[in-house]
Amino acid sequence: MLEELDGLDRVERAQYLLELSDDFSEVPEAIATRPFPENRRVPKCESEAFVWAQDQDDGTLKFHYAVENPLGISARAMGVILDETLSGQPVDQVASVPPDIVHRIFGRQLSMGKGEGLAAMVEFSTYEARRRLQTR
Amino acid sequence: MSDINSRGYANADALVSTDWVAKHGNDDGVRIVESNEDPLLYPSGHIPGAVEIDWAADLNDQLRRDYLDRDGFASLMSSKGISNDTTVVLYGDRSNWWACYALWIFQLFGHTNAKIMDGGRLKWEAEGRDLTREAPNVAAASYNAPERDDSVVRAFRDDVLTHIGISGQMIDVRSPEEYSGERLHMPDFPNEGALRGGHIPGAANVPWATAANEDGTFKDASALRDIYEGNAGLDSDDDVIVYCRIGERSSHTWFVLTNLLGYGNVKNYDGSWTEWGNSVGVPIEK
Repeated sequence: MLEELDGLDRVERAQYLLELSDDFSEVPEAIATRPFPENRRVPKCESEAFVWAQDQDDGTLKFHYAVENPLGISARAMGVILDETLSGQPVDQVASVPPDIVHRIFGRQLSMGKGEGLAAMVEFSTYEARRRLQTR
Repeated sequence: MSDINSRGYANADALVSTDWVAKHGNDDGVRIVESNEDPLLYPSGHIPGAVEIDWAADLNDQLRRDYLDRDGFASLMSSKGISNDTTVVLYGDRSNWWACYALWIFQLFGHTNAKIMDGGRLKWEAEGRDLTREAPNVAAASYNAPERDDSVVRAFRDDVLTHIGISGQMIDVRSPEEYSGERLHMPDFPNEGALRGGHIPGAANVPWATAANEDGTFKDASALRDIYEGNAGLDSDDDVIVYCRIGERSSHTWFVLTNLLGYGNVKNYDGSWTEWGNSVGVPIEK
């Protein structure tokens, strides 16, 4: 995905990410219902994103996201990307994903505020993996 | 929210309503421009006929830390179907924060016939108005840009140093945590970071969003005077410098003071904290 994004210009990248955003599916009710607990809220994310990590039988994690801000298009795209790329992957690999990967995904011209919010989604997700590693 | 003309603004013509845009957005001589923080918002759906101007890709020089030059601005305007006499109406996310930033840069090139759609994208969507993903087919326009004039609404670091020397009024529009120096930036994101935290000596802290209502519209003039004059101690005759981290949030406050309250001499220090907090030897307060 990253290599594909690297080859896109700004407009193509936006279109690609927008299509991902359109595929966003919210956390299933079996995992969480509104009002979502504050301990699942991503800090610094003004799109009001929430993260859940569900333990799988094979030791991996299945990630779920909610984005409460209706204008949080990028946060929804980020949720789709994180679910597609982190769910089912070895936990130690998930734990090592750096938060600044958001600039490779969204481009270097992301504002600091937007970048922080999206990076916090990555950070929250990888924290869940690190937490599993510490308790295993 | 009340009608724009009833809110006591010094220059109510600087704003148009969502109703106005719905009626006149496609008139000859009018161009609607969306400018957002989130790069995916415009392609996800925009006001029919609206073009996009991206704050980073379109308005900034891609090599130097500066805005585009005369040729760049003329080329941008032409590509967006804007001529010198076009009425430009800007709107966007975050209570028009980025739209105000674009409007402020338009002033550097003397394009004063630029307005903000009150309430921005949030209000347009909340009212259930049409959005489209279809990019408008805009014919290139002829635009004759003057040389950029930084002397009227833009302040540089040395201007700020002089301003401190005369105890001039300054407004820091960042969050209280940034103002106090408690927060600089997030690790791994040094792009807008600074080596020192705090604020420019003498600056009052009025976070930019204080001027906006929850629906994204601007507060009325009386409420704005309470904020900037009652609380922050400004006077409409003051020379004022506003700043934030890179000069975008402070554009919103510049717009409020200049257009809604009628202040005659407000400058935006776009070097802002990313320059000041990294500059050697300049004074800082915490």
